Amino acid sequence: MISRPLTLKLLSALLIFGSWEMASRAGINYAFPTFLESMGALWNLTISGQIFVAYAETLKPLVTGVLISTFIGVGIGVWVGLSEKFDWLVSPIFIIMQSAPLAALIPLVIMAYGIGITSKTFVVCIMAMPVIVLNTSGAVKNTPSSLIEMAKSYLSTEREVILKIIIPSASPVIFAGLRLGVSAGFIGAILAELKITPTGVGDIISYSRMTADYPSMYAAIFSIIVLAVLFLNVLERIEKSLFAGNDLGYVS
Amino acid sequence: MRIFGFKLPNMTSLILWGLVWEILGRMEVSFFLPPLSSIFVTLADIYDSKAFVRALSETAVAFFGGLFYALVIGIPLGIFMGKNRFVDELFLPWVNMFMSAPLTALVPVLMVLFGFGLKSIIIVTTLFAIWIIILNTRAGVKQINRSLVDMANSFGANPIDAFIKIYFWAALPEIIGGIRIGFIRAVKGVIIGQLLISIVGFGSLFELYSSRFLMSHFWAIILVLFALAFTISELLAMLAKRFDYYASKRG
Amino acid sequence: MSDNVNAVSVKGIYKNYGDVEALRDMSLDFPKGQLTSLLGPSGCGKTTLLKIIAGLLQPNQGEVYVNGQIVSEPGPDRAFVFQDFALMPWASVLRNVAFGLELRKVAKSEREDIARKYIKEVGLDGFENSYPHELSGGMRQRVGLARALSVDSPVLLMDEPFSAVDEQTRRKFQEDLLQLVKEESKTFIFVTHSIEEAVYVSDQVAILLPRPSRVSEIIKPSSFKNKDVDSIRKDSEYLDTVEKIWKSLRSYVE
Repeated sequence: MISRPLTLKLLSALLIFGSWEMASRAGINYAFPTFLESMGALWNLTISGQIFVAYAETLKPLVTGVLISTFIGVGIGVWVGLSEKFDWLVSPIFIIMQSAPLAALIPLVIMAYGIGITSKTFVVCIMAMPVIVLNTSGAVKNTPSSLIEMAKSYLSTEREVILKIIIPSASPVIFAGLRLGVSAGFIGAILAELKITPTGVGDIISYSRMTADYPSMYAAIFSIIVLAVLFLNVLERIEKSLFAGNDLGYVS
Repeated sequence: MRIFGFKLPNMTSLILWGLVWEILGRMEVSFFLPPLSSIFVTLADIYDSKAFVRALSETAVAFFGGLFYALVIGIPLGIFMGKNRFVDELFLPWVNMFMSAPLTALVPVLMVLFGFGLKSIIIVTTLFAIWIIILNTRAGVKQINRSLVDMANSFGANPIDAFIKIYFWAALPEIIGGIRIGFIRAVKGVIIGQLLISIVGFGSLFELYSSRFLMSHFWAIILVLFALAFTISELLAMLAKRFDYYASKRG
Repeated sequence: MSDNVNAVSVKGIYKNYGDVEALRDMSLDFPKGQLTSLLGPSGCGKTTLLKIIAGLLQPNQGEVYVNGQIVSEPGPDRAFVFQDFALMPWASVLRNVAFGLELRKVAKSEREDIARKYIKEVGLDGFENSYPHELSGGMRQRVGLARALSVDSPVLLMDEPFSAVDEQTRRKFQEDLLQLVKEESKTFIFVTHSIEEAVYVSDQVAILLPRPSRVSEIIKPSSFKNKDVDSIRKDSEYLDTVEKIWKSLRSYVE
């Protein structure tokens, strides 16, 4: 027997993909290929190897941007969390970035850095950085004060308090911030490919739209969404197993 | 931060940053960074210009339209999912998926399906905002005190009464929290939509100004957008705080 | 002189939080090898006093003497047991217990040997590699106690250590604590808001009253101390002392 959650997942997938198929067959729009046509196109893109080449291109600015944001973002975040002065100075910038539609800066980024990979990486960075900084600084500030007192009463130095108490205690939330940063980075990477210059997956999407090869366009979009969601799910799983006891252990 | 024992309010460092901006701008460090004062002068020039007012109103229509659909679909669906296990299991995987999916990728689809106009941008905005509203509403309903529902039932409340008088209100703090994040995401959605479908609203102004290298015009719009987004998000945060007493009572 | 008798003395301590006066001219002696309770209603500054002795808080005025020396920051002569245990959720029981020694740069194998010994002593044999979230509240506090014992400080500061564990565990803890005071030649300073607990475990009880915070009296229960753990709770002096303290405190309870 199949378990109830799995049955329901299958049922729900069947429902959505089925209605996609039906809606398309009913011919509501010329630019709306059926589910099966789109999956066929995805298959063609896969066996021709085109999709792998495209992803290699798309992932370049994404990975670079996320790595840069991680290092700089966590660094700034820890510093903001530890220093009241630095907090006062830079936090407002990231708070505003967090609520602002940063995509509006893209035309400026293009003017300043051209249409190459630098611009795309930059877009990924500005999208991913704020949430990483704010999560990190929040986590550092929220270190349970009695853990810090404990370390002090057992004679730890400032450095040891940071390395042995604050960083470990903040790491689950920092990691969650990184996951959100990756999620924002995906949005940035795709936005960059659609807005700046069509490369990678963005190229397949734009090109097949121009040539009215709609199944390929849907296939490419489908694949990037699935990829992003799967990757973020994996990150979430890792997070859960890595920090299993962390949020449970502290409370009395 | 404190100076001579006087606590500086939180966002005051922005004044310092504004000064740095002004100085860098005056030193002509970069063509892309005009002095802040000249941006404000430009803003004073264009804020009642036809193009600006039209862009702002088009954006407002798309934004509130998108947010409206996100609310009227999202909140009831969230309540349903919180109440009914079957509905929950049917929809939750999809909601979670779209929550973390890079929705930007869907914009080209919307463009071919719904055209290069307002309709597509409204849908983009809804798509950006709706998932968090559903998830938060659902979470709010899920944590409702069981005895509150029993109380309503014991007084003979019918399902519609329970829906409107108990579930909605009991989940209100979470719903408002969801609306706040949904709002922030909607702002991002409406701008991303306009950037990619660049013939309406601020999208067309961005194209115009950047193609003519009108830097202070460009920055003027950015400042307006960022300031609006930040102000409204702070107002909603204040509103959310007013419902904090709910959470403490749940214990 | 007096430092032969008293392990810890506080003299003329003042502590303000902003405009609120938490402690005013507080002086108190803690005799060596004995358990002294700080007992009082909430807001009487007992935890503040304990944290000042620990060196975690600085008094606005006044001195703390440990073995005759003025101290103003944490030192190896004092170990703290926390109300909320203050265990590191990411570290095993073994590492948590050895943490004090880790910070004192004791070599890993040596500190783990010491930690194992005290884990055994507090009755957590076999839980060395468990994590705090896998333990019950009572077991967590045993870890906190083992950590404090393993640094072998002459003074143990305990901040309502049993308030977050259930009543049965708490009784067991109190009995174990009596045993510990007898066996170890350490000085215990014990903060509690439970009258029964204070009278039961203490050699001397300092009753603190709030607004302004002051020591109202010091009671030294004596006659029942040598009885076995079970008969203390039935002892008439024990019951009378509890009754007497309640009478003097009741007017401060709303």
